[in-house]
This record gives sequence, C-alpha cells and structure tokens, in this order.
Amino acid sequence: MKIKQKPTHKTIIAITGLVLFAMVQLYPLYWLVMFSLKSNADILMSDNILGWPAVFQWQNYATVLSRSTIPRYLLNSAIYTGATVFIVGILTAMASYAVARMKWKISGIVLMVFVVGIMIPPHAALLPLFQVLEATHLRNVPYVGLTVVYVAFAIPMSMMILTSFFKAIPRELEEAALIDGCGIFGLFWRIMMPLIMPALATASIFTVMGAWNDLLMVQTFVDVNSYKTITVGVLDFVGVHSRKLGLIGAGLVTATVPVILIYMLFSEKIQQSLLEGAIKG
Amino acid sequence: MDRLLSNKWTIAAFVAPALLIFLGVVIVPLFITGYYSLFDYNGLSKMEFAGVENYKRLFTNDPLFLQSLKNMSILIFGSVFVQIPIAFLIANKLAKGVPGEKAFRTIYFIPVVIAATIIGKLFYYIFSADVGMVNALVRALGVPDFHFNWLTNPGTAFLCVAFAAIWQYIGYHMLILYAGIKSISTDYFEAAMIDGATGAKATWHVTVPLLAPVIKVCVVLAAVGSVKTYDIVVSMVGSGTHSGTQVPAILLWRNLFKGRLVGYGSAQAFFLVSVCLIMSYLINRMFKKSEENASMS
Repeated sequence: MKIKQKPTHKTIIAITGLVLFAMVQLYPLYWLVMFSLKSNADILMSDNILGWPAVFQWQNYATVLSRSTIPRYLLNSAIYTGATVFIVGILTAMASYAVARMKWKISGIVLMVFVVGIMIPPHAALLPLFQVLEATHLRNVPYVGLTVVYVAFAIPMSMMILTSFFKAIPRELEEAALIDGCGIFGLFWRIMMPLIMPALATASIFTVMGAWNDLLMVQTFVDVNSYKTITVGVLDFVGVHSRKLGLIGAGLVTATVPVILIYMLFSEKIQQSLLEGAIKG
Repeated sequence: MDRLLSNKWTIAAFVAPALLIFLGVVIVPLFITGYYSLFDYNGLSKMEFAGVENYKRLFTNDPLFLQSLKNMSILIFGSVFVQIPIAFLIANKLAKGVPGEKAFRTIYFIPVVIAATIIGKLFYYIFSADVGMVNALVRALGVPDFHFNWLTNPGTAFLCVAFAAIWQYIGYHMLILYAGIKSISTDYFEAAMIDGATGAKATWHVTVPLLAPVIKVCVVLAAVGSVKTYDIVVSMVGSGTHSGTQVPAILLWRNLFKGRLVGYGSAQAFFLVSVCLIMSYLINRMFKKSEENASMS
C-alpha cells in the first residue's frame, strides 16, 4: 500500500511556511550585508535602515582588509584551529584505537572518563588551569598555551566518535595485516588511519567549531593582542570603531565569510557530522 | 595477534598522550575548583576553610546570582518549550517531503555555524534603538519616531538575548529531529492511517512517541547549552550587571578573574557543573518513564 499523495494546497501552505521561516533565518544576515555597505550619513541622517545603500560603500571592506586587525585575527584563528585539529586527530585516533581494539581491563572506565568530559562546562576548570599555565610559563608562549587548552577540550567528542567507528571495523583486516608482518604501529598508521578518515573528518568538524568559535578561553588565557582570535577581534573592532556603523558591519561580515564559504562547500558533510555527534552524545 | 593487542606498553603509548592532556587540563582542574570552593580564598591570602559557607551564600546573600539563575531558567525554558517545538514543526513538514527539502535544510542551518560572538553583535545592532532593524521595521509599519531601547530596558534586555540564542540554534534541533523523523518506518504511519489517524493526529500519536529518544537528545543539548551560555551574552549586552542580563557563567568569570573571589567563584562554577549533570540525569529519567508508560499502554 502506498500513502496517498497529499492534496496540493496543503503542500503549498507547507512550502509557504518553510519559505517564511527561511526568511526569518536569512533576513538578519542580509540586513547585515546591506548595513555594511552604507555610510553613516545614509544610516543616521536619511534613516535608511532597511533599504539598499544610497551609494555602495565598498571602501568599508577595503578598510577592513587593509587597515584593520581583522585579517590578522582570522589568520590567528586559522592557526589555532589547524593546529588543534591536527593534534586532536592524532591523539584521539591513537587513544580510541587502544580503547576500542586493544585488550585491557579498564578500557571501559577510561572511555567513560573521556566521555563525561562532554557534559562538563569549561568554566569549572578555568582558574586552576590558568594557574598551571602561568606556573609553567606556557600561557604566554605564542599560540602554545591556548592550543593546549583547545586540544584538551576537543578530546572527549573526538574520542567518542572515533571509538564507535573503530568498534565497527572487522577484525579480519587486522589479522591479515599482522600475517603480512606489520608491527602494531605499522598496522595503525598504514591500515587503520586511512580507514578512519571519514570518522576523523566528522570529529574534526566538532573540533573546528569548538576552537574557531571560542570566546571564553581566548579571553581568559591570552593577553597579547597579536595572538588573539577572531571572536575577541570582532569585539575589539566594534569597540574601537563604534561610531563607524558601515565599517563595523563590514568587519562582522568579513569575520563570517570564511565560515560561510566552508559551510557552502561541505554543507552536507557538516550537517551530517554535527547530527552524528549530537545523537551519540 | 591477541598478544600484540594486549601488550601493556603499546596500550600505554597509545592512550597516555590523550589521557594525560585531558586529565591535566580538564579533570584535575575540575577537582581543584571543587577544592577551592570549600575555602575562603582570594588567590593570594592564606586559604581559610569555609566548609559549605560559599554554597550557602549563593542562595542567601547574592541577589545578582539569583537573578542570573532566573536568566538561565529563561534560556532553558525558551530553548525547551519554544525552540524545540518550532524546530519540530519545521522538521516534521520537511521530512514528509517537499520540493527543495535539501535547500531549506541547508539554509536553516547557516546560523548554527556562525560564532555566537558574531551573532551577538549582529543582534546588538538589530535591537539598537536608533539604527536597529526591529525599530526600523516598527517605524515602517506606521509607528513614527519609534526608538525603543530594547537592550538597556531591564524588562526586555534579557528577552532579546534569549531571542537571539533561540534563533541561532533552531536549525540544529531541526536537523536532529528531521533525521529522527526520517528514520521512522513508514509502516507506522500506514498502520495509523488504517486506524483513521492522519495529519496532526498521526503526528501527535505516532511521530512524537516514536521520536522520544531523539527529542530527549535535543532537550539535553538545549538545557546543558543554556547553562553554559556565555559568548552571546557578553557580545550582545556586555558582561556588566546593569539591565539584569548577567548569566552564571559571566558572574563566575568576573569573580574568579576580576574580583579575586576564588573560593566563591569556584563554588559558582562547581554549582554549574552539578546543575548540568543533575539536569541530564533527570531528563534521561523522565524520558525513560514516559517510554515505559508508552510501551505499557
């Protein structure tokens, strides 16, 4: 038996609702782009807040790109995020392989310790962590201190995703590799690492979101402006230019564009990954 | 092969790096915070044991903290009872198959990938009195000279923050629920149709009960996310306490790093951890009960 096709007028109502909601989600972003192309006079004197710019002020973007700290902050964010993804990927691939495939008594407990970490609000570790990083002088080593923090907080989610993936790989693969004379490290690097790439991509999307979007950690641990990230960068930028409205808009848009571009390229993979992580968590 | 996979040194070499960093940066500091919370301590002075005094003070002598708990409750309530139902309605329409299904999904998800800090600044301007989108829309609809200051009025400021937070993550819950609905076998809907249940009736009696485990995931995410909320508030209304927009995460940060109230701030932090753990335990239990009831009837 097939379900009968619904009457078309119902479908039309449904689509209208979905389009309206799409506008609710998109209009603020569209409004920001228009805002970023206006001059102060346009916004304040002629009260043109909703419409198109009277004259498109592309130089707002030129100023952001050539004479603001936003590009530097974006680069910093990319460095922190890249380093974190790389380190977390290797560390958790190894650890989750040991937890999922090797034979030891407390592997279940160790996994549980990792997974509980997902629930814990990071605020609860901040002050002691600050003291440790200060005492070891790691906090003010460019890029290093904050990267260590990002790595640690990304470990639980990555562990969980990779462990469940490893558990699904058939034993025969390992046996064949060992008969061929692979050692355990060779087996891991040459056989397992290529196999878990899809899961590693999924886990990395969480790592990227955590590191790229973080505000709390960078505010807490980094004093030197030139090593801060885009989130703090945006707040500073708005503070400094609070009277140049269009310029602020351009700063906000510039800070967002890289993320939107990457999302547009990998939207299916990103949606699917964040879904998988949520369900498993 | 078993011998190779049970060699203690190999296991240690594989697990130790991740485990040590995680323990050192997350778990050990967590316990130190718990330890500090039992002392009267400003980070420099001698630590004086205070027992549960810091925790008592949370509820008896700190109106700012109580206000922040109220704001946190607004976020929890809004995300569970506004955000998730809206997300469900949309997911339900979308999962039944409409033209452009994938495009809608992709669009709804866009705000999720943008940093909450940026969303906060965006909504700061959207609610701004003079250049804001909301006031301009109201003026365009025929109320002249409407310049209401949403973000400095104590009655509306935090509601605007909650609105932005809810707006940003509807797409995330929508996606989770959408995937859940998609995975329900059509057999159930066919059986329901034979019993005469279609449309809203089928949604309520078939989709919602079968979706309970997925709804539970959303509720836990929304509740725990609300407790952790920090970025969007700092970015949208600052970390000040005027206008009554503070959330617990902001207060404890100020106490720890600006106010030198290490013992007290640690108690606030530890309290938040407990709230997260207790809430997810309770939500899991509630859903377990309702699942048992559903299977009995």
